[in-house]
Amino acid sequence: MKVKTAKEPMIRIAKRTELSTGLSMGIRVGSIVIALLACGLVLLLITNGKISFGDIYSQMLEGAFGTARRIKITVRDTCALLCLAVALAPAFKMRFWNIGAEGQALVGALASCIVVKLCPDLPVALLLLVMFIASVVAGALWGVIPGYFKAKIKANETLFTLMMNYVAIQLVKFFVVLWEKQKGAGVMSTLTTGKLPQLFGVDYGWSIVIILVITVLSYVYMKYSKQGYEIAVVGESENTARYIGINVNKVIVRTMAISGALCGLAGFLLVSGTHHLVKSDIVGGNGFTAIIVAWLAKLNPLTMILTSFFVSFLDIGTAKIASSCNLNDFASDVVVGVALFIILASEFFINYRVIFNKRAKEGK
Amino acid sequence: MSNAAIELKGITKRFGSITANKNISMTVAKGEILSILGENGSGKTTLMNMLSGIYHPDEGQIFVDGKEASIQSPKDAFNYKIGMIHQHFKLVDILTVTENVILGLKGEGKLSIKKSAAKIKEICDMYGFNIDPMKKIYEMSVSEKQTVEIIKVIYRGAQILILDEPTAVLTPKETENLFNILRNMRDDGKSIIIITHKLNEVMALSDKVAVLRKGEYIGTVLTKDATEQSLTEMMVGKKVSLNIERTEPHDCENRLVLTNVSVTNKEGVQLLKNVSFTAKSGEILGIAGIAGSGQKELLEAIAGLQHLKTGSIIYHDPKTGKEEDLRNKTPLQIRDLGVRLSFVPEDRLGMGLVGSMGITDNMMLRSYKGGKGMFLHRKDPKDLADKIIKELEVVTPGTETPVRKLSGGNIQKVLVGREIAAAPTVFMAAYPVRGLDINSSYLIYNLLNAQKEGGTAVIFVGEDLDVLIELCDRILVICHGQISGIVDGKSATKEDIGMMMTNLPTAEVKEGDAQ
Repeated sequence: MKVKTAKEPMIRIAKRTELSTGLSMGIRVGSIVIALLACGLVLLLITNGKISFGDIYSQMLEGAFGTARRIKITVRDTCALLCLAVALAPAFKMRFWNIGAEGQALVGALASCIVVKLCPDLPVALLLLVMFIASVVAGALWGVIPGYFKAKIKANETLFTLMMNYVAIQLVKFFVVLWEKQKGAGVMSTLTTGKLPQLFGVDYGWSIVIILVITVLSYVYMKYSKQGYEIAVVGESENTARYIGINVNKVIVRTMAISGALCGLAGFLLVSGTHHLVKSDIVGGNGFTAIIVAWLAKLNPLTMILTSFFVSFLDIGTAKIASSCNLNDFASDVVVGVALFIILASEFFINYRVIFNKRAKEGK
Repeated sequence: MSNAAIELKGITKRFGSITANKNISMTVAKGEILSILGENGSGKTTLMNMLSGIYHPDEGQIFVDGKEASIQSPKDAFNYKIGMIHQHFKLVDILTVTENVILGLKGEGKLSIKKSAAKIKEICDMYGFNIDPMKKIYEMSVSEKQTVEIIKVIYRGAQILILDEPTAVLTPKETENLFNILRNMRDDGKSIIIITHKLNEVMALSDKVAVLRKGEYIGTVLTKDATEQSLTEMMVGKKVSLNIERTEPHDCENRLVLTNVSVTNKEGVQLLKNVSFTAKSGEILGIAGIAGSGQKELLEAIAGLQHLKTGSIIYHDPKTGKEEDLRNKTPLQIRDLGVRLSFVPEDRLGMGLVGSMGITDNMMLRSYKGGKGMFLHRKDPKDLADKIIKELEVVTPGTETPVRKLSGGNIQKVLVGREIAAAPTVFMAAYPVRGLDINSSYLIYNLLNAQKEGGTAVIFVGEDLDVLIELCDRILVICHGQISGIVDGKSATKEDIGMMMTNLPTAEVKEGDAQ
């Protein structure tokens, strides 16, 4: 009966139906460990052995947590990323591919600067409030425009939000030239007012508090509010939403207003808490990195605290190694890319199971 | 065993922790028609998909013509002369029959449509198909398209044909035609496997019946030794009653009056034309028609999901006696008028429910707006979910398990349960038993009857004419978006309804021809 005439596939891939929480957590933690090891290997290769394998990790830790100042920078970068990731969550939950966080944050930052330039003599508290409102409104507007066209004429939101980024960049460049400190400098001088007061001994102390509060509020909004529920229904099935009488277009526009507004808020915090000026790369690509951070956390704002920390840690840690080994800035991009690739690949093993053919293994 | 076309030995297929087929061994002889019968989720389609190369068994062997076969892809299946005709046709609309048939085949040098067409003609003559090889697919009816699918597999030399619920989309007349063709093929020595739910078709067509239950092979019986009752018992594993009780309608009052309702889609195609009828309280109004004749649009128009071009939908409120026109109101506006309209749509997960949410959150779809403040109140929906799980015997690990993971019958129980919980005055259900097993189907019929008893106007869109005739008090027959007649459920015959499904009353046909 053991005559084998037919060929059998060696490896098959089957979809998992259930997975215990323990195992899925195990796979995730495992993927992080593998990602860290792979990052080490990549660094080992690109530094040509100038640094030993063990040193890579101690240097990364050193870079991220070595001094009080470094810890503060790690926390600052984590929060900057977190704010944008949280902002994207409602849009993604609605299956609205908002690739425009960068631009929405940028117009938010620009709006804050315009307010300061227009009325620098307002009392600081009032000025900050006006800046805040202007940024949030500008960001919301930048989100609502693609949202409105998506709702009205089914315009592709991915392209639309992406293109809105470039419009925002050009706008900022225009204003920077308008305000530049001397002709041809290409940068504006830092603002003298409209700064958030210090907290915990740092300029961006309030930013951290505000972002953490927003994160918790966003979690509650998505999970427990009626609007959050509507977002989930629209995202899953527009037909079901229509069937029960949800005004789908209204939900799309409203959610994009919220998503854009939170991005605008991130822009406000960048200006008032960190940079005190606007430049076209002030968001620094975080608007795109935040997309991955949000998805890694399965769109759960609380989990995003962890994922944004992990990405920031890798970024800063590698930057430290890059500077001590005379590598350029791209080293950290490469390393973060490798790490994210491995972590995202782990989702494959959570959703699928690889089966090696038993009959083939028995070797007849 | 030399007469066996296909022999399965110890076939097992698992999906995760679920075993879809467990140690199945059976044979299909040459020149016979075998029906595979089983409730939903009993593994019929999985088993056939392994024969046609869509899945690969985890354990066991398949023998074709006495030799072990390894079927890795549909192409391999064709090499073993196995052809499957799926429920959803895979044809290119703008091509002709011939072009579709030869699509993807390696020809010999020069492509000759003429030669292929002649060969198709030959096949048609041989088995009694009536089809023009040069006709384009988009000009065809559903049954013609199915014919093309069958010709396609025969052209490729299939000796073993597998048909997955082929009659679901056919009228009784077309079904009879198909059966004749299948009998011709059997007499020609081909093996035919047919997957079906409908017992009467099994009895009429097949030589043998193989029964599966919960992934296990129960046995094969000769059709002539079986009865509908005995097959059902094999399928379900216990005695079931196959009678639907029909009580006399009582307290009938006009509840919903439609007058000259017309609906056109965005492309300007008329989907409903001058539809007028009355749904009365305390009765079940059946809607019969070939799939896609406008049933969906009709229910959606009532539910406020279709824009009416002309006509009116008047709702008579039983409490206040007021009349409300529902024309072009949104579902929310309709509810705000106090109209308690429940609707079980055809596409359960795509329209009635949210697949990734648990039962509780799905219960909330209808009620989430209620309650004060901006936050959700999950207490009542949770209680309702528990109640439905208990009363309708929904099999689920818990109220938070995504409904997508439940079986078809359980998903439908959740949906129907929610819609009934709203204490409707009008209850509409589109194909509520489609894909459901016998037990679940009868549960749904009983629920519809209970609604009728309670004085609700029930509108039931069905596909099984036997059920429609047994269950409904009146049956409205729809054809190409127009009403071709309304008949009494007690006196109607299947043949009459079948005729009305394909033909409009003569006067209107002439009008259609003139256009």
